[in-house]
Amino acid sequence: MSGAKAEVEIIERNCKGCSICVEFCPTKVLAMDAFVAKVENADACIACMQCELRCPDFAIKVHKL
Amino acid sequence: MAYDYEKHIRPGKLPHIWCPGCGHGIVMKGMIRAFDACGLEKNNTAIVSGIGCASRMNGYMDYNTLHTAHGRAAAFATGIKMAKPEMDVIVVGGDGDGTAIGGNHFIHACRRNIDMTYIILNNSIYGMTGGQFSPCTPTGAKASTTVYGNPDPTFDIAKLAIGAGATFVARGTAFHATQIDKLIAEGIKHKGMAIIEILDDCPTTYGRRNKFRSVVDMMKRLKEIAVPVAAAAKMTPEQLEGKVLTGVLHKEERPEYTEQYAQVINRAKGA
Repeated sequence: MSGAKAEVEIIERNCKGCSICVEFCPTKVLAMDAFVAKVENADACIACMQCELRCPDFAIKVHKL
Repeated sequence: MAYDYEKHIRPGKLPHIWCPGCGHGIVMKGMIRAFDACGLEKNNTAIVSGIGCASRMNGYMDYNTLHTAHGRAAAFATGIKMAKPEMDVIVVGGDGDGTAIGGNHFIHACRRNIDMTYIILNNSIYGMTGGQFSPCTPTGAKASTTVYGNPDPTFDIAKLAIGAGATFVARGTAFHATQIDKLIAEGIKHKGMAIIEILDDCPTTYGRRNKFRSVVDMMKRLKEIAVPVAAAAKMTPEQLEGKVLTGVLHKEERPEYTEQYAQVINRAKGA
């Protein structure tokens, strides 16, 4: 069992690669993969919802576990 | 469960047209959460906008929406509210749309204190039409029409709204996402004209010309300049230099326009 408090889903079709989510994630769960965000360190998620709240493109959904 | 924004958005409309990093999407999400918090019904809510990037918002929202002439959103919204006072009327628009081209409609809607909520997304520029300077472009900043720096002083939208007579005035930023829905919800619940200014970023037409290397730099600037009103009360004028107050800036009770007008109708009928 991992320590993740939530599962972060990236909807790649909507992502425009602005990197706001990557920058403001306090535990560095997310990273850029060329032009879209990707989940790099899923176990570190603390379910703070900052990425979902600040994603301007409706491309992130955080599912609390 | 992730938040279900899609039930408020017209099917097939995403991804939206806004540029990468544009904060308008963040504000739209805040607006959706505020609508949910206030229990607004789709059939009893009208969203009115003028022209501009921010005004595109009502193309996505699955509500009664009216996309009007540049700057005229407040005038059309006044018409809707007068015809159907029971409706919740929301106006969305940008700083150029609201305070330059629509400045006259803006101040008179404030003066009348008609019960609607005006969400004004201030990104300091005319984004859609090619980056011309607006009344909210900072002095000295570069725009496509002020390539040597903008000589004009800047409008303070909140002070303008208070001076014109709006009875609820608040300010937030696109960075402070959780505050946006609270301010908008409070504005919707307020009886009278509610102005909610959200400071936003335009990476494409403002950021590029003004030495912001990335969207993240623009977001960090919003984080740095925002000071909540409660914290500002304990700060010196020197500390507040270059800062912008956020939160509820003004609230008062005053007779609402449609109610006053209903009384006029009754008096006319009795005469």
